[in-house]
Amino acid sequence: MSAPSTGGASRDGYGAGLLRIAGDPRVVVIEADLGKSTKSCHFRSEYPSRSFSMGIAEQNMMVVAAGMASSGKVPFASTFAIFTERAFEQVRNGIARSGLTVHICGSHGGIHTGTDGSSAQSIEDLAIYRTIPGMAVMHPCDDLSAEQLTTQLLDYEGPTYMRTARNKTPRIYDVDNVTALRIGQGSLIREGDDVCIIACGVMVNEAVNAAEKLAVKGIQASVVDMHTLKPLDTDLIDAMVATCGCLVTAEDHSVIGGLGAAVAEYLSRIDAVPLEMVGVDDEFGQSGEPLELMQSLGLTSDDISRSAMKVIGRKSG
Amino acid sequence: MGLDVSELLEMARRCRINIVRMTHEAGAGHPGGSLSAIDLLVALYGTELSIDRHDSEWDDRDRFIMSKGHASPAVYSILHEVGYLSEDDLMSFRTMGSVCQGHVDMKWTDGVDFSAGSLGMGLSFGLGCSLAATMDGSDRNVWVMVGDGELQEGQVWESVMAAEFHSAGNLKLIVDRNGIQNDDYVNVQMEVGDVPSKFASFGWEVKEINGHSFEEILEAMDWATDIHHSPCAIIANTVKGKGVSYMEDNPAFHGKAPNDDELRMALEELS
Repeated sequence: MSAPSTGGASRDGYGAGLLRIAGDPRVVVIEADLGKSTKSCHFRSEYPSRSFSMGIAEQNMMVVAAGMASSGKVPFASTFAIFTERAFEQVRNGIARSGLTVHICGSHGGIHTGTDGSSAQSIEDLAIYRTIPGMAVMHPCDDLSAEQLTTQLLDYEGPTYMRTARNKTPRIYDVDNVTALRIGQGSLIREGDDVCIIACGVMVNEAVNAAEKLAVKGIQASVVDMHTLKPLDTDLIDAMVATCGCLVTAEDHSVIGGLGAAVAEYLSRIDAVPLEMVGVDDEFGQSGEPLELMQSLGLTSDDISRSAMKVIGRKSG
Repeated sequence: MGLDVSELLEMARRCRINIVRMTHEAGAGHPGGSLSAIDLLVALYGTELSIDRHDSEWDDRDRFIMSKGHASPAVYSILHEVGYLSEDDLMSFRTMGSVCQGHVDMKWTDGVDFSAGSLGMGLSFGLGCSLAATMDGSDRNVWVMVGDGELQEGQVWESVMAAEFHSAGNLKLIVDRNGIQNDDYVNVQMEVGDVPSKFASFGWEVKEINGHSFEEILEAMDWATDIHHSPCAIIANTVKGKGVSYMEDNPAFHGKAPNDDELRMALEELS
């Protein structure tokens, strides 16, 4: 598909999405000092009476959101992905255990966050929230898809976690085709029958680039934007297994517990096909520019291409 | 319910009997902190709390958030008095499928407003309820109870700071200051010090009372409901295990149920 090459980061889409659903008076925004970074600041500027600063206190923020949800509000609580993890037990016990509808957004996820270094580079958030019963987990790939999924949260019942990214990447969608996105339904953005690359977040763009490089070699790759890791779109995986017979996952996250693991867990229940995972291989990042870090940690389109060749070889073997 | 002191005393006696009976029946649970808290709960439900006995989900009800969720027998005994729970419900405490889960749980029990059991979260939840009530233009109040050992949790002080910052005048906290936590006395495990001064230094209105004197409790609750400009805290000095002599001020009965002989002794004292 053709797509514009410019746009915002997925965090910008979150901010724009909040403004689009702000007309519903149940929507409230709760911040822990990082509204300018997560982009909830735009909602706060427009709707100060429905915006609440909790200071640098994430544990309190999460359970305040739970209390609001129990009283009929639709709270959106956001901070850096890494700092949501500080309140994991509050999310588990204070929000999810009671099935309360609180929408958590963790921005600056992944090593793509860059020069702040490993303290800010959450590479385990998707994994830990996947483990919580009843919790949906999302990681959109660009600003438009983040905005689209955020608006859909208004009518979504149950606790959710959405990871957004700090930095801009090329848009995958345009303003028309993005409207077809649905929470829980992966998006097939390129079709091929030799291998399927299932990616999320900033790695969707790398997957698209990898598919183009593979095409030069005569290899046709499908690319799926699996923006929702949980509930996982197993129907789409079934279709890709049938069409391609092998899979590569790609994520800016640990290979332990994230998208690759989610796909592997599903494959283990069906007639398995070869799978290769591209992701952070059980190590911490460091300061650096996003591209430097992606090269250092094996998260580039070239890494995906190599994994695709490898998994195709396993298929034929 | 608008009960007078003699009626409150009698309700508290019935609740104490049910607390020791249900923990005995379950062979587990937390009688000590339930008995220290029960006079406060009886006063709250008996005189103050605006709820609908026929509709536990009434949107505009006052909220009661039991943050020390292990003191569930106290909550269940009072919800039995309200009419939300049956005798059979109480005696099913901690068994599979029971509406009386080990720790209070809003998904399981009519009349429970918060799923507790992990300490330190209740005041945050109450603040969320409080802010929502203000947004709704409602005059409903949000009452929260924490234990004094629970004050060791850092999240409590995050919420204390935030409640004052947001001028949560409809938020009323009761601290059950019974002086004992799981392993030992609070001042052995981690002294929490001058609790009234700590709350006052955060800008809260504070009143310290005897948590077993209905006269003082009712006066304090009236005082609390007249405060609208800031959150307020009632620091209730209580006795762990109050009303059962061998449990009183005894750390052993924080989380231990009475055996057959101990149940008999307790019921004799409470009858």
